Amino acid sequence: MLQGKKAIVFGERDDISGTTISTCLRAAGCEILYEATACFV
Amino acid sequence: MPSYPVIKSAAYCLAHVPDLVRYGSKPRRELARQPELATKLAHRLRSYDEAVRYPANQTFIGNLTPETLAAMPRPWFRPAADAGATTPPAQGPFGEIVDQETFYGLLRRADVLQPPLFVTDDKHRQRLAARLAAHPLLPGLNTDSTQLPTSPSLAPPPSSALPLLLGDELYGYFLGDQRAEGHDDENLAAHHLLENLCTKASGSLALNWLLHRAGIEPEQIDFVISCGEEACGDRYQRGGGGMAKAMAELCGCANASGLDIKNFCAAPASAIIMAAALIQAGVHQRIAVVGGGSLAKLGMKFQAFLDHGMPILDDSLAAMAFLVTTDDAKSPIIRLDPGAVGKVPIAASTSDEAVFRHYLLAPLAALGLKLTDIDRFAPELQNPEITEFAGSGDVTKKNYRKIAAMAVLAGQLGKEEMEAWISRVGMVGFAPTQGHIPSAVPYLGHAMAAMEHGEIKRAMFLARASIFLNRCTSLLDGVSFIVEQNPGSARQDENKRNSREE
Repeated sequence: MLQGKKAIVFGERDDISGTTISTCLRAAGCEILYEATACFV
Repeated sequence: MPSYPVIKSAAYCLAHVPDLVRYGSKPRRELARQPELATKLAHRLRSYDEAVRYPANQTFIGNLTPETLAAMPRPWFRPAADAGATTPPAQGPFGEIVDQETFYGLLRRADVLQPPLFVTDDKHRQRLAARLAAHPLLPGLNTDSTQLPTSPSLAPPPSSALPLLLGDELYGYFLGDQRAEGHDDENLAAHHLLENLCTKASGSLALNWLLHRAGIEPEQIDFVISCGEEACGDRYQRGGGGMAKAMAELCGCANASGLDIKNFCAAPASAIIMAAALIQAGVHQRIAVVGGGSLAKLGMKFQAFLDHGMPILDDSLAAMAFLVTTDDAKSPIIRLDPGAVGKVPIAASTSDEAVFRHYLLAPLAALGLKLTDIDRFAPELQNPEITEFAGSGDVTKKNYRKIAAMAVLAGQLGKEEMEAWISRVGMVGFAPTQGHIPSAVPYLGHAMAAMEHGEIKRAMFLARASIFLNRCTSLLDGVSFIVEQNPGSARQDENKRNSREE
């Protein structure tokens, strides 16, 4: 489903980090255009 | 029987500083873009009375327990007119909430630069000095402000000066380093130095309270570790440190040396672990760990509060201090057995499961314990009333769900037991969103009291650090430690029970 798609990733420290989301998406064949992890506290 | 270092005492303080909210990082940037926000912001600032009444603040200084707070209906904030006639005390068993004028007095006394950073006139200098002199704990601070230069009236300040107001009244200006070496150095500009001096002043307040609570003289401290997030230093050593010794000097800890430990929000937990290790190794006997407040975090969520018609709840600098000493057969111990201190190694992935396996499950396994052997977990303890309005949800609750999920994954808890277990081992967040301040250790004072009363025997503290914010890595960090009722204290309790039964 995600093979060949492009993704913009926003993660959060107290939820799921951007790095983790990107790792999963890349494994599914997605290209990550932008990744950031925010800390809201 | 092994001997462990102990947490001998803890202190927690707040400085209600509504007129410094404008100098927090977020308000400062937004007010520069939209000056018209200043009026809206000013209308939403709380009075000192409202800040003292605020139940989360009362929990921070120990007048309420987290359990009592959890039972109180939300919203916790009530306007003074709706909050009943009696204002709860501004002092509690762990520390106090000081008002802005007292904090300005501390700020001026913390200022050692010549020419001074905090310039004021004779009238306000006398008023601030009198304010500190009238305080039962603060006259002993080791600088005589009457010797600081002053002037009959305020000279016109440079354009970069920051007005220090109390409502509509101008108390003075905060300047950058006015000496030649201060020119052309953005690290020595007024707002950076105000940030650093706020940390020093608020941390010194907490350290003073710690000495008072522990009943010891400042000279009995041999080492001080600062765990704040400020960056002290000039252009050649930005973030060089020295805050610990600055606070120790102000508090008269003449025999102490000290240093600063950095680990973003997890620094207080890291500092307590390192203090305990230094005690266990016999390097020092009495170490004070101090975390001063964060000016940059004031008003971080102010726009959300304005949008919801709420008062600005992130209007206070928070500070805390802990005394770590050799075993006294009474105070709670910190476990330093091999593997008992939790860490998140470089090789761990950033997935939450991996992080929790390392800093939650591994230390317990090293001690032969299960998650269900812990009476209370203290994760990130941000006040949800601040984070929820800003759309970040209840950070504390999220952490408990993950801890419980790990217990289920580890086969130590049934899935259907999760909610009930969380209600037993968890608590509601009650700490202000001051970066490193809410990270697990606000519960330490309450844990010590609960252990003293025999209500709990063991607590685990889990702190997280967003180290990726340094732009040098994409990693995060986690640190944990376990505190237990002192076996000596437990034996004394048992002996008392046996003698009563006989």
